Amino acid sequence: MIFVSAIAFFVVLLVGLAGLLIAAERWLVNYGVCKIDINAGERSLEVDGGQTLLSALNGAEIWIPSACGGKGSCGYCKVTVLGGAGEVLPTELPYLTRREIRTGVRLACQVKVRQDLTLRIPEELLNVKLFRAAVASTRSVTYDIKEILLRLIDPAEISHRPGQYVQILAPSPDGAVSRAYSISSPVHRPEVVELIVRLVPGGIASTYLHNLREGQEVSFTGPYGEFVLSEEADTEVICVGGGCGMAPMKNIIHTLYQRWPGRSCWLFFGCRTTRDIFYLEEFRALAAEHPSFHVVYALSDPLGPGERWDGQTGFIHLSVDKHLEPAVKRQAFLCGPPPMIDAVTRVLKDKGLRDADIFYDKF
Amino acid sequence: MDVSEISPWIILLAAIFTSNILLANFLGMCSFLACSRQLATAVGLGAAVVFVMTCTTAINWGIYFGLLVPWKLDFLSFIVFIAVIAAFVQFVEMFVERFSQRLYHALGIFLPLITVNCAILGAALFMVIRKYVFWQSVAFGFGAGVGWALAIILMAGLQQKLRYAKVPRPFQGVAIIMIVTGVMAMAFLGFAGMVRIQ
Repeated sequence: MIFVSAIAFFVVLLVGLAGLLIAAERWLVNYGVCKIDINAGERSLEVDGGQTLLSALNGAEIWIPSACGGKGSCGYCKVTVLGGAGEVLPTELPYLTRREIRTGVRLACQVKVRQDLTLRIPEELLNVKLFRAAVASTRSVTYDIKEILLRLIDPAEISHRPGQYVQILAPSPDGAVSRAYSISSPVHRPEVVELIVRLVPGGIASTYLHNLREGQEVSFTGPYGEFVLSEEADTEVICVGGGCGMAPMKNIIHTLYQRWPGRSCWLFFGCRTTRDIFYLEEFRALAAEHPSFHVVYALSDPLGPGERWDGQTGFIHLSVDKHLEPAVKRQAFLCGPPPMIDAVTRVLKDKGLRDADIFYDKF
Repeated sequence: MDVSEISPWIILLAAIFTSNILLANFLGMCSFLACSRQLATAVGLGAAVVFVMTCTTAINWGIYFGLLVPWKLDFLSFIVFIAVIAAFVQFVEMFVERFSQRLYHALGIFLPLITVNCAILGAALFMVIRKYVFWQSVAFGFGAGVGWALAIILMAGLQQKLRYAKVPRPFQGVAIIMIVTGVMAMAFLGFAGMVRIQ
């Protein structure tokens, strides 16, 4: 009898407390409808108050990059709030520089919508959409790198610039996580997105992508990225990649020769061994078609027994140094591990490139 | 002397100094260790603990002696106290966020940390074990909160100084904080002769 009354008492207490909290939430966390003004009238939203700015913006299909899903642990979801958000919270401080704090930059996942807000969001991010796509094909290009072709379902087309990336939403035990992958398919094929994915042992997204089978559905947001290919046809384009840092370059090169068949372009790609080489035949075929396109692959490890190699050897920045004439009008895009990027940046500066002409993806 | 005859003022004083809930009973250590790096944070968290501890001890006293004891359900006290504390903290967070932005910035963001602070539950359980009457319980809750806040504020001050100290490598990080806490606890033992409560 005592147990029945104990259980009854506890249940009544819990239901009572829960009811009290729900009532309190109705009454207290009801801020009515708030207006969000973006970029001085460019877009204005009406959202329910009380939620975070990130979820309000996502609800309006404005996809601010966020890798942690609103837990305040990645610091990607930065937006400039000009009014209505109150003071910077201690939870945001680790991710903001002093200059950002002065100019009103906030983490959208920590700001709550309590009144009308005035925001500045980079134009680029307003064009970011959520895409659904189906896997059209997957192909292993080396022992640990796969080329994955996604055919878009909704929206049916993506409008991007070469060098931009998407954020794949990969399921994990703690909810979806998003990871950035560059788009390797050219701009003139807007109905597909191709990714080049290296399998990282224990990596959530790369494992997920490597295990996808044809026909399976994938979601991602995009496009993100600030690289802008020079429109001047006499500017030479230098692409330098290492490891699996090939995706943005493949996109840039194919897009380039679609628009400017005679434009000068160099591709330098550094690998460890012959096992890591991919796309070499394809790029050699392209070079045969376009005399102004030059391909240089280099192996950094000594050849093993039975391996044959007719290209360059040594680290890739040495090849860059050897092949490029100084003082030519150029734009460079680098993609690969940080030490490679640093070494190549030094070489390119010696060749007369300015900081503004060198773009890179470090990973 | 009967417990109910002790003046609430004595209990208040004893809870702060002689039987400090953190330094004598070692309750609420996790947030003490984690949030004592900066003085401002420590003051905010300490104030939040004082407020929540005072209120929840009073509420839990009412529930325990008003409902649980008459219905002979006192064995439920643990989970009932936990549920009441969690619900109260949630409510206070919503309330403060709505009505005072400044207070929310100073205290509110620490409230979720307090939901699981064992010192709060400890205070409620001590009040039961020691059979305090209502005003003694309120004084004890308030005093225990002030004692906890005092300890974390002292610790934050020490840690700010420690940043410039040359700590030997094996003792860096949490190790030195533990040692400092132990030394502080011994120093507080010096108050033990003043008053004694059980």
